[in-house]
Amino acid sequence: MAWESGVQFMIKKEVVVIGGGPSGMAAAIEAAKRGAEVLVIDANEKAGGQLFKQIHKFFGSSEHGAGVRGIDIGRDLLKEAEELGVEVWLNSVAIGLFAEKQIAVETGTDDAEKIVRVVEGEKIVIACGASENVVRFQGWTLPGIMGAGAAQTMINANRVLPGKKILMVGSGNVGLIVSYQLMQAGADVVALVEAAPNIGGYVVHASKIARAGVPIYTRHTVLEARGEGRVKEAVICEVDGKWQPVPGTEKVIEVDAIAIAAGLKPLAELAIMNGCKTKFDPILGGWAPLHDENMESSCSGIYVVGDVTGVEEANTALEEGRLAGVAIAAALGKITAEEAETEKKKIWDRLDGLRSGPHGEARMKAKDRQLADFRQLSAAEI
Amino acid sequence: MCLRVEDHVVLGKDEPGKTVEITVDGRKLAAKEGEKILAALLANGIIVNRYTVKRKEPRGLFCGIGQCTDCAMIVNGKPNVRTCITPVKEGMVIETQHGLGKRGAIHD
Ligand SMILES: Cc1cc2nc3c(=O)[nH]c(=O)nc-3n(C[C@H](O)[C@H](O)[C@H](O)COP(=O)(O)OP(=O)(O)OC[C@H]3O[C@@H](n4cnc5c(N)ncnc54)[C@H](O)[C@@H]3O)c2cc1C
Ligand code: FES
Repeated sequence: MAWESGVQFMIKKEVVVIGGGPSGMAAAIEAAKRGAEVLVIDANEKAGGQLFKQIHKFFGSSEHGAGVRGIDIGRDLLKEAEELGVEVWLNSVAIGLFAEKQIAVETGTDDAEKIVRVVEGEKIVIACGASENVVRFQGWTLPGIMGAGAAQTMINANRVLPGKKILMVGSGNVGLIVSYQLMQAGADVVALVEAAPNIGGYVVHASKIARAGVPIYTRHTVLEARGEGRVKEAVICEVDGKWQPVPGTEKVIEVDAIAIAAGLKPLAELAIMNGCKTKFDPILGGWAPLHDENMESSCSGIYVVGDVTGVEEANTALEEGRLAGVAIAAALGKITAEEAETEKKKIWDRLDGLRSGPHGEARMKAKDRQLADFRQLSAAEI
Repeated sequence: MCLRVEDHVVLGKDEPGKTVEITVDGRKLAAKEGEKILAALLANGIIVNRYTVKRKEPRGLFCGIGQCTDCAMIVNGKPNVRTCITPVKEGMVIETQHGLGKRGAIHD
């Protein structure tokens, strides 16, 4: 292996998975199970992605681990991957994805010297997940104001409270679940504001925090955060049908933290950098790479799975990862095309099941549109 | 005011772990070995990590996962260390970062 000015290259692997969340780990496991040599790269000091913050019991059918907590699903995935001999590089960020399927990976913590390695993957899976959206208002950069995901990471992973009197902004499932978890950790959620006329997430989650006495203000937004060196007050107000503040409805609430849960957007940068075709779909959280039934993007040999291809949930992320893993095993000649088809059909049936019901239908349609757009794209190219 | 989540209805009791000493802006503080620097500071009531270059505004925890750099501080003389993802080690010297953290250049 050659070293040139701190860069080590060229390492070759059959399969390189970028991101060790549920989707990436599932892809790695399915490919490794069928004999592929797999490397997983993850930015964190521990793989598992979002799962290690999810201490609540998941929804879904029993075959999708309903009633099982995210942290337990994560633990099982890591164990299975380890047993299968999947190699995992932690504290490792994919900082670039280049032609010829080369990935630049930076490894190390900020307080030490880092190394950069270039890894070539015959097949690459992009499974980076999503990042949080922000809402900007007067004073939004004051310390004490953070993403809801940041607040969740503090209490559930770092076991420290980011504040004691917290205003939650946004009532999707993230806003509702993190509110409840903040209370479980011993904080007060002083109010939850939602600009839309209705709660965005599941009613069960909303009822839980309403029962605990959290005032939920729909048709409200946060106008301003005040304080010196730390947020001390939040000004909230009503919004009209056009989401504009209604003068005279302002209320001042004493807080020491504000958590913003304004949705997530796919972390599609690596796919975009590589030239994978993307499309904007608000249901899926924004710009997301298109893919076929195997989760392969418009760049041959590059697969996209999980929240990267549209923000959904852990169960769909797992199934998408499995699809890619099986498809990759077939593409590498580890299993026959027929074996792959049978397996993929089962996975698609489960995915269709997950994308049904009042909350799943819109996502099902959006994912169908994504597949249709991909087909159109390939037809145009032929 | 205790900000550590010692006991949790779902997660149970926090593992005790080894206590180490760190120095933050000249002050000695106790931290848990291996916890994130930012978590140790939060537990001690410190929420400002750095001041911005131009307007010198305070910044602190925002993303908690190494994406935004709002939590950057000077650690053992090295600026721009994202404290939300960097684990605490015995004897670490941590300083609030002003601007880009190049001593003398941006500081005033
Ligand atoms: C508050 C909250 C509650 C939720 N509740 C539920 C629920 O009840 N049920 C459910 O099914 N789902 C739930 N979800 C959603 C679920 O957690 C996500 O949909 C799922 O984790 C997505 O999986 P993923 O593998 O795509 O991404 P992630 O889990 O986000 O994993 C991505 C991984 O990639 C790594 N990474 C990113 N970029 C790079 C890079 N450049 N280089 C190296 N590594 C990188 C990250 O560090 C991370 O480990 C919830 C989410 C949140 C935030
Ligand atoms: S809080 Fe965003 S990088 Fe640390």
